[in-house]
Amino acid sequence: MGGKKPTGVETKEGITDMLFFFSSVSHSQITRLYSRFTSLDKGENGTLSREDFQRIPELAINPLGDRIINAFFPEGEDQVNFRGFMRTLAHFRPIEDNEKSKDQNGPEPLNSRSNKLHFAFRLYDLDKDDKISRDELLQVLRMMVGVNISDEQLGSIADRTIQEADQDGDCAISFAEFVKVLEKVDVEQKMSIRFLH
Amino acid sequence: MRIIQREETSMEKEIAGQHRGYFSLADIMYFAKKGCEAVAEDEVTQRFTSEELLSWNLLSRTNANFHRVSWQLTAVWVIGILIRYCLLVPFRNYSHGCCYRENRPQKGGICVANHTSPLDVLILASDGCYSLVGQVHGGLLGLIQKSCMQTSQHVLFERSEMKDRHLVRKRIREHIADKAKLPILIFPEGTCINNTSVMMFKKGSFEVGGIIHPVAIKYDPRFGDAFWNSTKYSMMTYSFNVLTSWAIVCNVWYLPPMVKEEEEDAVHFANRVKAVIAARGGMSVLPWDGGLKRKKVKESFKEEQQKKYCQLVTENGFMGNGNVY
Repeated sequence: MGGKKPTGVETKEGITDMLFFFSSVSHSQITRLYSRFTSLDKGENGTLSREDFQRIPELAINPLGDRIINAFFPEGEDQVNFRGFMRTLAHFRPIEDNEKSKDQNGPEPLNSRSNKLHFAFRLYDLDKDDKISRDELLQVLRMMVGVNISDEQLGSIADRTIQEADQDGDCAISFAEFVKVLEKVDVEQKMSIRFLH
Repeated sequence: MRIIQREETSMEKEIAGQHRGYFSLADIMYFAKKGCEAVAEDEVTQRFTSEELLSWNLLSRTNANFHRVSWQLTAVWVIGILIRYCLLVPFRNYSHGCCYRENRPQKGGICVANHTSPLDVLILASDGCYSLVGQVHGGLLGLIQKSCMQTSQHVLFERSEMKDRHLVRKRIREHIADKAKLPILIFPEGTCINNTSVMMFKKGSFEVGGIIHPVAIKYDPRFGDAFWNSTKYSMMTYSFNVLTSWAIVCNVWYLPPMVKEEEEDAVHFANRVKAVIAARGGMSVLPWDGGLKRKKVKESFKEEQQKKYCQLVTENGFMGNGNVY
């Protein structure tokens, strides 16, 4: 299949590199996800565009579809390569997978509870200023409820939500406040996907 | 090969389980997870490419993830190529392991079947005469269609034309009203699917009021891939692939006729027929429209999701007092 740009995974070195980068991901998981990546890559240029994601019907009907797609793309970029694709999905690996990890003293894995919460936080925090403002909260609420709730009602929900979470009085929700509010939530279960080995 | 294992869960369970009537900052997680699951693996887009086989059938076109297993296998593959291209092609014929014949469609009826390839038509036509209804094509298939028009009464249309669809429905009604006419053959999915599941049956054929004769068609993937991926392969390339496969082996089941019941609407009837065909052919059932191969999903499905979420987080029409936890 000539003409395809290599994405660095075709070679044995490429796969070893991936295995190192994503500790405790298995060889077969990488090849299967790579197969998925290439099947989405209609342009056959080794990267995915937003249109490639939007072609997935289940994602297109997801009220937060656009935000989720955005999470795959690095800041200001319009294309995502396989490493970026894996990196985003890696947040959803179950936490128990880490027990098999060889590198106990390394950096915090992408699928830690904290990083899962961070992923969710970033879906709200569009301008990336580490705070969820009233406007940002309203935007996400509007995406989730559609046209079924009035502006006033939505506004008062946003206000109450911030009021309950806000501890330092800046009328916005910082990451620490976000974590505190969700301390009883089973983040591991809600933000984990069972990848088959 | 499956990539992920989805949990049996629902929006009701995940979001409203603990806090019906309230909004929670954690609700976003349900949508995030569902979205990323769909990115890793979705039920729909996989139906528009050839089925991935668990064990290779020695055709390189079905081996999407080629990695060298052993030189012996490679040798067998090379011999396979020699046999297929040099020996089988010159003496080509299909075999079909068929054919449970008691319920063959009668005149004046409508025969509906799941669709995988134009071969479906050839196989059914070799066992009975039909009037065909189908998408007009260009190229090689177009020429074949034009020559068919000479011999029988067929209805060809352009699927993207709304006017054409009304016309087709009218023509079908007229056709079946005449009991002397050949049964009509229709593929209600409206496009080729890869034979692992049966997708949405368009309701048009099910509202004209005739007798429906369901037919299930299942190809054996071990010998060759019958699925015509028209976005990837032209009819010429597809025909070449078919001719150089080991064989096309196909099971056809003629199922007992069905009619729409008094209280039943066309959509429900269509789903009933679809379920019967899928069960017989050993395929799964999908509610999704095969038309998603070519066009975007309707906005209304997203609106349905939004409405559903709303219902879960509001109480008496009002969203709860935001008790976040």
